[in-house]
Amino acid sequence: MFDTLSGKLQAVFERLGQKGKLGEKDVEEALREVRLALLEADVHFRVVRGLVDRVRARAIGSEVLQSLTPAQQVIKIVHEELVGLLGEPGKLASGGAPPQVIMLVGLQGSGKTTSAAKLALHLKKQGQRPLLAAADPYRPAAVEQLRILGRQTEVPVHAESAGDPVAISRAALQEARSNHLSHLIIDTAGRLQTDNALMGELQRIKAAVSATEVLLVADSTIGQEALRVAETFHTTVGLTGIILTKLDGDARGGAALSVREVTGVPLKFLGTGEMLEAIEPFYPDRMASRILGMGDVLSLIERAQQAVDLDQVEETRRKIRSGTFDLGDFLEQLRQVRKMGPLDQLLGMIPGVGKRLAKAGEDEAGAQDELKRTEAIILSMTPVERQRPELIGGSRRRRIAKGSGTSASDVNRVLGQFRQIQQLMRSVPGTGSRRNIDLGRLFQ
Amino acid sequence: MSFSIGSLRQAAAKTRSAFRDRLASVFSKSELSAEVWDDLEEMLITADVGVSTTENILGELRGRERKGQIREIDGLREGLHQELVARLNQGISALALDDQPVVILVVGFNGAGKTTTVAKLGRYWQQAGKRVLLVAGDTFRAAGGEQLNIWAERLGLQCIAGQRGADAAALLFDAIASARARGFDVVLVDTAGRIHTKTNLMDELGKMRGIAQRQQIEVRTLLVLDASTGQNGIAQARAFRDAVGLDGIVVTKLDGTAKGGVLFAVADELGAPVRFVGTGEQPDDLVVFDPEAFVTAVLE
Ligand SMILES: Nc1nc2c(ncn2[C@@H]2O[C@H](COP(=O)(O)OP(=O)(O)O)[C@@H](O)[C@H]2O)c(=O)[nH]1
Ligand SMILES: [Mg+2]
Repeated sequence: MFDTLSGKLQAVFERLGQKGKLGEKDVEEALREVRLALLEADVHFRVVRGLVDRVRARAIGSEVLQSLTPAQQVIKIVHEELVGLLGEPGKLASGGAPPQVIMLVGLQGSGKTTSAAKLALHLKKQGQRPLLAAADPYRPAAVEQLRILGRQTEVPVHAESAGDPVAISRAALQEARSNHLSHLIIDTAGRLQTDNALMGELQRIKAAVSATEVLLVADSTIGQEALRVAETFHTTVGLTGIILTKLDGDARGGAALSVREVTGVPLKFLGTGEMLEAIEPFYPDRMASRILGMGDVLSLIERAQQAVDLDQVEETRRKIRSGTFDLGDFLEQLRQVRKMGPLDQLLGMIPGVGKRLAKAGEDEAGAQDELKRTEAIILSMTPVERQRPELIGGSRRRRIAKGSGTSASDVNRVLGQFRQIQQLMRSVPGTGSRRNIDLGRLFQ
Repeated sequence: MSFSIGSLRQAAAKTRSAFRDRLASVFSKSELSAEVWDDLEEMLITADVGVSTTENILGELRGRERKGQIREIDGLREGLHQELVARLNQGISALALDDQPVVILVVGFNGAGKTTTVAKLGRYWQQAGKRVLLVAGDTFRAAGGEQLNIWAERLGLQCIAGQRGADAAALLFDAIASARARGFDVVLVDTAGRIHTKTNLMDELGKMRGIAQRQQIEVRTLLVLDASTGQNGIAQARAFRDAVGLDGIVVTKLDGTAKGGVLFAVADELGAPVRFVGTGEQPDDLVVFDPEAFVTAVLE
């Protein structure tokens, strides 16, 4: 679809590079691209205007123009400004007598019920004891949906098949109190912010249970409408935070930035997938990168650190240095990368590469198949062949292909990949401390 | 810093006033000043029309101004109306439902309003005298089948549902067999919400389409799009079109303040016609899309 912002700016400045010196006009041209990128990311029109003005003020007449890498300098300034607007990393309120009462509110279809279950699971993993409450008697099967999700996450659910949402919430609070639970999470019905009767209902629930958190659940694909929605929810019910959902697609979520900026309501959590584990605390710097289409290297590194066994990394490093890295190790490496998560998501985090590659057909199912084939091929080799792939000639290749149910050219492809990796690894200088892995280098 | 949050809050309070207020202010000016053009740009972009479609529209209008076809504010209003309608009129034709049975796949992003729309369409064609079979093809979401079943019961429609986690394509296969055996005209298929960047989920839709086509059954695909969707709507529509083809769009939740401005961008880039509009949560809250009325509502 769109080129990423950094790509576009590079192009602008490359053209200018041939001209020699950069002037204000050139910065203006870059700022036009910045404006476009922000609007395409659904950042609100007025917020874009303010932001672009500030970036202009900082970029013109500073050392930016003299810099050797003006494009990067401009991006850096934009990024800093965005991070500033996005506020603090997300945290739930704590303190006070339990249970903490969290209400989830929002438009129809924004993802409240799923978010309620995700939040419950998130809290449970931190050793908390949440209770879920189903306060949506309107949408068919909404209560049933929460019940099922409660079973799946092994979190108790307070559900009544009919009744008034205020009474249900009050009863749920009683249940949470008498069972000494830490949190009560109330899933409310979706509603339009213009529906006065239903907005009044939210006020009554909030008062009845003295909610400590009222979180607006907003779909990350929402456009300029976000501001109107958030402002009305904020002025009528009083919001304490935002959960931005469905970020596992290519929506950049710029509307959320505008909401934070204009209403002052902080972003707290991000929903990043349909699985109940897919919820993350919000980080401003990562969100800024995403809005700019710059990828999300930080999340990638974090995933890598979670999935990859550092001792193993050190072991691999040692093997490379001593020239004993073989196909068995290669397979182990592939498996480790796969543990980091779906490939399309990983690719999406890499600046510039991201979505286009993911779209070019490198899809999840394909990647799984590919790994399975590679695995089968390597497992069909003898230990000696894995250590010394140069031994593999025509007849061995045929045997391996037959054993793994693949073709000789598949085997060749795996061997080729292995040789490339070997070369790549030799070119990365060994570092002393294993904590010092500079993953950033991989993306240059 | 030369910027205050206060001023932005004020600015936002201004944007809160509905689209029509801003438009009224644009068109209350007496002459076509640069300010009017700027206001018009802001108005279109804050209605989610998107930068490039907005530029296209403004380009057309400025062209007409240069040729002397637009001289004053009323002319501009008229011209804008025409430009917007022209975009939505592309590719519009009745949805052909002559074959029996015809399969209608209702697809879209998570939470767009697919299941509710299936119920609404079921009612719509039921009232038009068709024999309608609903298929609860969202076997992923917890209670997804249950949700459609409840609607079917309320509307007195037949509904085929499977277990959670069941293969939706297999469910469709069964549905077609029973539609043939029992003489249904329209097989309306709800599907699980999916994010258009997930190729394996998109392929699954292609597979469902293929199942029907291999049995010589006509398939129509309707994309459900939430009116509050921003620029991502373009990517959604394109991806669904590429995966299963698009015979039309149903835009939902137009009963709120969202105007569905992204539809102009979608029409500009893809030319896919809008067929129906959802205006509420009840089965009767569905109207056939009318470009003139839609644009009038947007501009009023
Ligand atoms: N206000 C309003 N709400 C709608 C409309 N269409 C669907 N909804 C609501 O949007 C929510 C999600 O709808 P659903 O059909 O479950 O979406 P799905 O996940 O795409 O199947 C439900 O609460 C519906 O009642 C509409 O036209 N207007
Ligand atoms: Mg559904």
